[in-house]
Amino acid sequence: MTSNLTSGEQAAAAAVERSAATSQLRFATAGSVDDGKSTLVGRLLHDSKSVLADQLEAVEHASRSRGQEAPDLALLTDGLRAEREQGITIDVAYRYFATPKRRFILADTPGHVQYTRNMVTGASTAELAVVLVDARNGVVEQTRRHAAVAALLRVPHVVLAVNKMDLVDYAEPVFAAIAEEFTAYAASLGVPEIVAIPISALAGDNVVTPSANMDWYGGPTVLEHLESVPVGTDPSQDPARFPVQYVIRPQTAEHPDFRGYAGQIASGVLRVGDAVSVLPSGRTSTITGIDALGALVDVAWAPQSVTVTLADDLDISRGDLIVPSDHAPQTTQDVEATVCHLHDRPLRAGDRVLLKHTTRTVKAIVKDIPSRLTLADLSHHPAPGELAANDIGRVVLRTSEPLALDTYDDSRRTGSFLLIDPADGTTLTAGMAGDSFAASAKGGEAAEDDEGWDF
Amino acid sequence: MTTVTAIDADEGAGLYALAHLDALESEAVHIFREVAGEFERPVILFSGGKDSIVMLHLALKAFAPAAVPFSLLHVDTGHNFPEVIAYRDDTVARHGLRLHVASVQEFIDNGRLRERPDGTRNPLQTVPLLDAIERNRFDAVFGGGRRDEEKARAKERVFSLRDEFGGWDPRRQRPELWQLYNGRHSPGEHVRVFPLSNWTELDVWQYIAREKIDLPRIYYAHEREVFRRGGMWLAPGEWGGPKDGETVERRMVRYRTVGDMSCTGAVESDAVTIEQVIDEIAASRLTERGATRADDKLSEAAMEDRKREGYF
Repeated sequence: MTSNLTSGEQAAAAAVERSAATSQLRFATAGSVDDGKSTLVGRLLHDSKSVLADQLEAVEHASRSRGQEAPDLALLTDGLRAEREQGITIDVAYRYFATPKRRFILADTPGHVQYTRNMVTGASTAELAVVLVDARNGVVEQTRRHAAVAALLRVPHVVLAVNKMDLVDYAEPVFAAIAEEFTAYAASLGVPEIVAIPISALAGDNVVTPSANMDWYGGPTVLEHLESVPVGTDPSQDPARFPVQYVIRPQTAEHPDFRGYAGQIASGVLRVGDAVSVLPSGRTSTITGIDALGALVDVAWAPQSVTVTLADDLDISRGDLIVPSDHAPQTTQDVEATVCHLHDRPLRAGDRVLLKHTTRTVKAIVKDIPSRLTLADLSHHPAPGELAANDIGRVVLRTSEPLALDTYDDSRRTGSFLLIDPADGTTLTAGMAGDSFAASAKGGEAAEDDEGWDF
Repeated sequence: MTTVTAIDADEGAGLYALAHLDALESEAVHIFREVAGEFERPVILFSGGKDSIVMLHLALKAFAPAAVPFSLLHVDTGHNFPEVIAYRDDTVARHGLRLHVASVQEFIDNGRLRERPDGTRNPLQTVPLLDAIERNRFDAVFGGGRRDEEKARAKERVFSLRDEFGGWDPRRQRPELWQLYNGRHSPGEHVRVFPLSNWTELDVWQYIAREKIDLPRIYYAHEREVFRRGGMWLAPGEWGGPKDGETVERRMVRYRTVGDMSCTGAVESDAVTIEQVIDEIAASRLTERGATRADDKLSEAAMEDRKREGYF
């Protein structure tokens, strides 16, 4: 699939490549319609010129047919018929926009209590979460819930957007009090970075362009912050984790003996010459080659998809984990985790489920549900018996085979898992391995134990 | 071939950052390999359009130096651009792939489908598609759909479970967290898989430029006989255009999307190189579907309705 570019086109091609080499930020927004979330999202899309004429025309048309005079930017994000008919957001919607500095993937999630699962879903891949509050109301129960979800999912950057500043006369003390209360709360949950920004999404203050009404604020606008916040973690700080997805064996005349292990590096850095172990078997070998989708390289890092070759002919298959021999996780069949239950069918102790961790799916039994957590006030409810949809709780699981699990705190990718109904394949529960999973003796007492909620 | 571009400057990941095209490429390859690892009979929907061409390119990279472990399926409306069919056949031959063709014309000829009064065959593709899936027992079907294309697609999963009627129920979608894709399904059900979910139109074009991927020439500006209908430039053909009162003229045009001739419009353009195409798209004030697809103008929820019925 190669076209022939003339030499005159080479320079232009180089320019295209440069413009394509921007970074990508995945972020999530949480808040309700009343907080002005849709207006904020609409303004970000609109002012970054990501809403095109035909989309705006469709929104204007729909707004008019509903008797609204101004185009309702919420209609840009509420895509489904049921959502428009009921005026609610049912599901996570993904939006795409770009500025010359960065490209953005926005997970736009509804903020209702019953849709905690959508916030959890949106936050699971987000590197930044925008939590909205109404400046007139300050930090309310819902705000605390959103902060807790961001902390639970280990979203590294949180932005508090204090909206509707125009309705409190752009008064600094109002903003400062809310920012202080929220920052203290989120920091107590372990959120590593919190930036508070006073905005008016409706008037456009501090969303894309700096406000002329709040001279006392010297920080970035929302978009400036999104453009400049560091993305990703430095992979060289993390131990390498390479879940094998697929074994590539061409068995052709050209490649009679090639045996490559294909996968996406989940964390850390792989180098040719690294001494590695294969889990759960524990066999060891050395990396002899890394093929980064057509380029043989000496080094590759998360989240690159690569194919790795090893010095020894080991029995390796999908679901195995290749790790540095000196930084291997422990394997275990006893998993303690914080979970968000997603499905309307409740999760109960004794349930037999499938557990999908990286590329490995094993059988598991729910041994215990020591506690349920109320997100709004972080109160614990011991021995809830079951977890209903949108409940957050602790679970203890026993798996049929050993898993090489990191704690979710160490790795969002190799510390996370799904519970699946073996009967019909339904995704039941999202799990995050807790710090204490290696010590499996906590049982029912975990409910009263604050250490069990090590956010 | 691959240029992994480390981004310097003040990025948090420092030396080990990935440019967004590399991140998108790695994500798509991961999706292809997940399907290869978990399904028995996957197939790639291949129309000869740019998105399906990019999908095939990614699949070739994902499994090299082995062959792509999937076959291709083309739902042929019978109203094809000849350049695209030639491209399709050439690609299949070059890579030694297996191509299944589900023909809308055959379904019309044997009475299982009826021609619509407007001559448009896009909505007619669903039945032959589902028939081919059932007959060949395909359990995973790769589509080139992108979330940026359309608002119903913005809520689509990467792994999208379909019932035995191929239907999409937005309220019964499985939550999709982290990079954990759940492909489990019951007999008779299948999963639609969208590896380009997070790509935008511009990403696709930048990737085509970076990877120097050859496309059917109709994606670049060329002189063509066209006529005006419904605010779009359509190409005349056996499908039923032009009608009385519609006059054919020659114009410099190119296609932003390639689908059924009866409902895919050309845009006026002088962009003959990929760089010019990218410049044009970056400056465009219309979405690609808004500019070129008559079928999406039928109603506010046209795509949502087609998806519920089992469309791509």
